[in-house]
Amino acid sequence: MTGLTVATARYVELIGEADEYGAIDLVLDMIDAGVPAERVLLDMIAPAQRRVGELWAANDWSVAREHAATAISERAVAAVAGKVRVPPGRGRVTVACTDGEYHALPTRLLAEVLRLRGWQVDFLGASVPGPHLITHLHQRGPDAVALSCALPTRLPRAHATITACQAVGIPVLAGGRGFGEDGRFARLLGADGWAPTADAAADHLASGRLPHFPAPIDALAHLADEEYTQLARRRADLLTTVMGTLMGAFPPMATYSQQQLEATTEDLAHIADFLAAALYVDDTRLFTDFVGWTCQVLRARGVPAASVALGLRVFHDELAEFPRARRMLAAGAKAARTADDRADDGAGDTAVEGAGDRAGDRAGDRAGASAPADAYSETGH
Amino acid sequence: MTETRPTAGAVRPAGVSRTGQAGKTPPVPDPALLHAIIEASTEGVVLCDADGRFVMVNSAAARLVPELAAGDPPAAARSLFDRTCPVGETRHTAHGDRLLQVRRERFSLVHHAWYLRDVTGDSARTDALLEERRRNEFLVEASRRLSASLNTRRCARATAELAASFLTDAAMVVLPPTGRHASWLRALPDGTLQEGTIALGDTAAVPGLSEALAGFPPVPSRWLDPAQAPAWLMPEGFGQAGHLLVTPLPGNGVPAGALVLARREDGPAFDEADEILVRVFAARAGAAISAAVLYQEQSATNATLTGDLLPPALPPVPGVEIAGSLRASQQTGLIGGDFYDVYLPDAVTAAADPGRRPLLTLGDVCGKGTGAAVLAGQVRQCLRALLLLEGEPERLVPLINRSLLASPARNAYVTLVLGALRPEPSGHTQVELAVAGHPAPLVLRADGTVEELASYGSMLGVLKQIVVTIVTVDLAPGDVLLLYSDGITEAFGGPAGREMFGAERLKAALATCAGMPVAAVVERLEQISTEWLAHGEHDDRALLAVQAVRPAPRARDRERAAR
Repeated sequence: MTGLTVATARYVELIGEADEYGAIDLVLDMIDAGVPAERVLLDMIAPAQRRVGELWAANDWSVAREHAATAISERAVAAVAGKVRVPPGRGRVTVACTDGEYHALPTRLLAEVLRLRGWQVDFLGASVPGPHLITHLHQRGPDAVALSCALPTRLPRAHATITACQAVGIPVLAGGRGFGEDGRFARLLGADGWAPTADAAADHLASGRLPHFPAPIDALAHLADEEYTQLARRRADLLTTVMGTLMGAFPPMATYSQQQLEATTEDLAHIADFLAAALYVDDTRLFTDFVGWTCQVLRARGVPAASVALGLRVFHDELAEFPRARRMLAAGAKAARTADDRADDGAGDTAVEGAGDRAGDRAGDRAGASAPADAYSETGH
Repeated sequence: MTETRPTAGAVRPAGVSRTGQAGKTPPVPDPALLHAIIEASTEGVVLCDADGRFVMVNSAAARLVPELAAGDPPAAARSLFDRTCPVGETRHTAHGDRLLQVRRERFSLVHHAWYLRDVTGDSARTDALLEERRRNEFLVEASRRLSASLNTRRCARATAELAASFLTDAAMVVLPPTGRHASWLRALPDGTLQEGTIALGDTAAVPGLSEALAGFPPVPSRWLDPAQAPAWLMPEGFGQAGHLLVTPLPGNGVPAGALVLARREDGPAFDEADEILVRVFAARAGAAISAAVLYQEQSATNATLTGDLLPPALPPVPGVEIAGSLRASQQTGLIGGDFYDVYLPDAVTAAADPGRRPLLTLGDVCGKGTGAAVLAGQVRQCLRALLLLEGEPERLVPLINRSLLASPARNAYVTLVLGALRPEPSGHTQVELAVAGHPAPLVLRADGTVEELASYGSMLGVLKQIVVTIVTVDLAPGDVLLLYSDGITEAFGGPAGREMFGAERLKAALATCAGMPVAAVVERLEQISTEWLAHGEHDDRALLAVQAVRPAPRARDRERAAR
């Protein structure tokens, strides 16, 4: 293990204990010891945050502990930024999260890396509404926008933002797991560039590969079937209907508390949102990946994947006039069954093994389906 | 080759094929008939025998290639009659100042003929058409790029890049001066971009530039003697320019700067068509730049005016951590009728009244948008002034009420919470709260219990007599006090789309935040609220949370805090 790996493990411990001062001291000590600031950000804080996501997914950490740890990392990044100053010598870049996107830390890391490499950076933070971003672009006139989207469910919004930035003549570099691990959604949605990591994004900007003025892009032909539009428009009604049907199909739900019912509705809403995103980019894998991840997260909390499959079947039956959505739901149900079989075979990962003693701890909370989707992006999906 | 002597206006049969003797094969046309047929063609026709000797030349051919009349087979026309060219193939060959279309056909084994046509005019028309199309495409692209941005620098950059891509070897835009300097931006065809500023005095060295920048007197484009151009006008390493054109950018009633185009010495000069194109382009670029200049001025004024209406940066307060979030209802702006603020006693007040406590407030002005934001700013400013004289929430609230009643603004109604913070050495913080018509503050205990502080009180700005409710809450280290506006609890949305978020959901959401630092609490609640709205319409939403914390445990932190 390298010194940085050891330090990262220690750092995860510290933020897990909500030891803000300890964590910040550790980070600043690394810099004092001569580790470049960019390495501290990307090889220590970033992997630590990925670990935090995994710990949450495996039900080892609570939501509160995960958020507390992330808040401390935010401060650690700020401490690094305050300690290492670089005079700006390159152009100006605006860094923003897509509207509705609250995973600001990876984006913040990118902003700091760019600053360390001499860019003038305007960091707009989490969940930037499109009109705010465009107003900012008119006022500051940056050379490029680095747009982050960690969750695929924000892709339609990201698309609107990309198009709007390009309409005001500013090229967009896309990043974040929401655009696909290979960046395929960034290309599909017409981003001028894509980078998988913060340092790759910084290299991309430095290479000058972004066009000076973005070319107009084609519309997405598959949206012509209006399945996405209809699903988005009917989301509320659909969820109400699906919830009703599920109540009939799953008798134990009759005894659910209000809170349990709301948690179930929320889970169904996540299914609907991921389905809508998959329809928007016409990518079944986006949906099956989500289902697989959800099953894994729920298994760690003692909920069988069969309940996910049940929820998907109700959606499938309800969406009779949506052939494309039905194909995706069928593929999703198959992914859920596969996940269940794997769990039955005892071939589960550590998440399952570690969950035994906590089974029931959250299981009662959730009837149907998934878990907070906002953690989806942090666990390597 | 000497046997054939074609002369203009006459075709002399010579060496005509003898293969068509009468009686053996169908009769050959009479040479006079053949001559007449060839002569009637509007294409030039030159008939040759197997050795390439001219047998007949019609007058059209003689007109196109006068050398044919001269007697000798013209060396100058040899490229026209190139026998290596495949039969039947059409090619274009320049001859003198004409462009000729040439084709060779073979007749029997012996004879072949050249057909000539003058396409000089066609070609010139095609070239002109293509050139016209290129100019149009350039102007369409220019319009697309110039209309995109309202940012001055982006517009100047687009102007320079467009000019460099089509018009010239180096294009420089000098923007209207601000103060005693003018910014400039230069683009080269290879994509290089350079930026800088020049002193206004230096622009006088370039004839016409000062006038163009001032927008007065109106001047046309002008040619410059490249030798007289100052060094800063040229890119480094460009060398001596061959042709230099300075064109004013006429804005929409406002000068938009000037465009300086330079071509290299070995490049073509600017012709009249170029100049017309440059003028049309400059008009479009000038309109875009002057619109951007106006927008930037307006938006700078706007930023100054609204600066005090934005949520403030929260100062560090001993014993507590504070975090706030404000999301305005309007899509393009950041201001609204919700507000929060934290006030520390100034040095004079602190010296005069050592017991003076830091104060925080969160409130909600009736209405939304700019009008509400102005009133919210007034309330914050009013409170700042009152704090010079009074520090007790119980007495401050009636003073704010009186101030609002006296306000000329209509509907100056406000609900708010005022809290005075008293941190204790134990790490606990006592908060004394005055609530005036505002949703009840919540307290999150370290164990996840959520308490609603029973407190009502009157809305301010309506009645002379008001009821102020005072509650005191003890925050143990880790406990969080949450103030919020009704935009949070009255948000309509949720999975079903029509449900109000409500105080119960807020309490449940707050309960899940136990153990989080206060910044994470606020961010999480804002996220939950935003997701509840699911992009629906919403009111202004404000959150302000205070968490009691133990003093920093390490020397390094105190050292850091002091920096």
